[in-house]
Amino acid sequence: MTPLMWSPDIWWALFGHFLALSLMSIGGVITLVPDMHRRLVTDAGLLNDTDFTSAIALAQAAPGPNVLFVALMGWYSGGLGGALVSMVGIMLPSTTLALAVSRWVSTRRHWLSVQAFQAGMVPVTIGLLLATGWHLAPPIQTAPKALLLSAVIALLVWRTKVSLIWLVAAGAVLGGLGLV
Amino acid sequence: MPDASAVQGEQGKGGDEAGLDRPHSLWHLFVAFSALAMQGFGGVIAVAQRELCERRRWLTPQDFVELLSGAQVLPGPNVCNLSLMIGDRFFGWRGALVALAGMIAAPMALMLTLAWLLGEAANVGHAQDVIRHALGGIAAVAAGQIIGTVLKLAAPVKDHVLGWPACVALAALAFSMMAWLHWPLVWVLLGLGSLTCVGTYVLLRRRAVGKGSTA
Repeated sequence: MTPLMWSPDIWWALFGHFLALSLMSIGGVITLVPDMHRRLVTDAGLLNDTDFTSAIALAQAAPGPNVLFVALMGWYSGGLGGALVSMVGIMLPSTTLALAVSRWVSTRRHWLSVQAFQAGMVPVTIGLLLATGWHLAPPIQTAPKALLLSAVIALLVWRTKVSLIWLVAAGAVLGGLGLV
Repeated sequence: MPDASAVQGEQGKGGDEAGLDRPHSLWHLFVAFSALAMQGFGGVIAVAQRELCERRRWLTPQDFVELLSGAQVLPGPNVCNLSLMIGDRFFGWRGALVALAGMIAAPMALMLTLAWLLGEAANVGHAQDVIRHALGGIAAVAAGQIIGTVLKLAAPVKDHVLGWPACVALAALAFSMMAWLHWPLVWVLLGLGSLTCVGTYVLLRRRAVGKGSTA
């Protein structure tokens, strides 16, 4: 992996894919993971499975918004330039729309259609987010202990206020020692 | 924002009572968002709430929840949309861009450096295996964190206008379409999403009419 690789063809492809995905990222960019896998790994072959999973794992481990896994996918496919065009692609449409809509909606909160949209999307968003967790969860056949770890973490996040950084650290240590 | 002055006016009035503060410059805004982004491991929402409402006192918890629900409905990363809206509230579109830049710039620089170092370390024999296994452990934690967050987010559904059994069924349907049928996301959003929105609209309208006739 050379950070300063020059590959405009890959950059254009990445930019196009993320630009197209941006406006579908209701509920967070993480809900797009299954679709990104289909486009970038299965169809276009820009990334292999290992890099795809590492990008998500590393972004979860590092501080900052989770959307930065998109920069890492760009990095693994097209170096520094790939990281930058991927972030611009995923952010530009949604940012423009979010700013425009939040200004528009703030003057029309009493509209029934606005309220119906806000409430109506909630169950769909929850289902999509769950599918993302499912996609990232370790397979029970090959990694039952890792799946048990996921289940315990889910319970801790749901029921306690334990700091998320400790959970990430515990995962790194257990994984590094080969225990999960 | 057409009603920015009105919102800020209300904020200002409420601010005196609640002792609310505000960022005094774009630079102040940038530093604050960089600082909270760099503390947010495995999700920024919790840190954002603590920093913005409790430590810096720029927003009341009520403001925060309202902005967040708007940010979650719109496409785009939730915390990035939230940054945009908060920046916009204090300094208009320039504030929106500065808050967003603060949220992204420093963590992105750190993460790419980390990815580069890990790539170099990968060439050093045994280190590659340890790092790969550690990342595997972190991925398992990441999956658990997302599922735990889903369980938290599901709690308010019990008061949903569609009723909680319908919500659970709809969420299960969306999940199945993505996880088992592997449908493209846009079909799920347009198909199932528009159905639930129309259904919610009909119920809200009926409720509004019902209230109107009893009044």
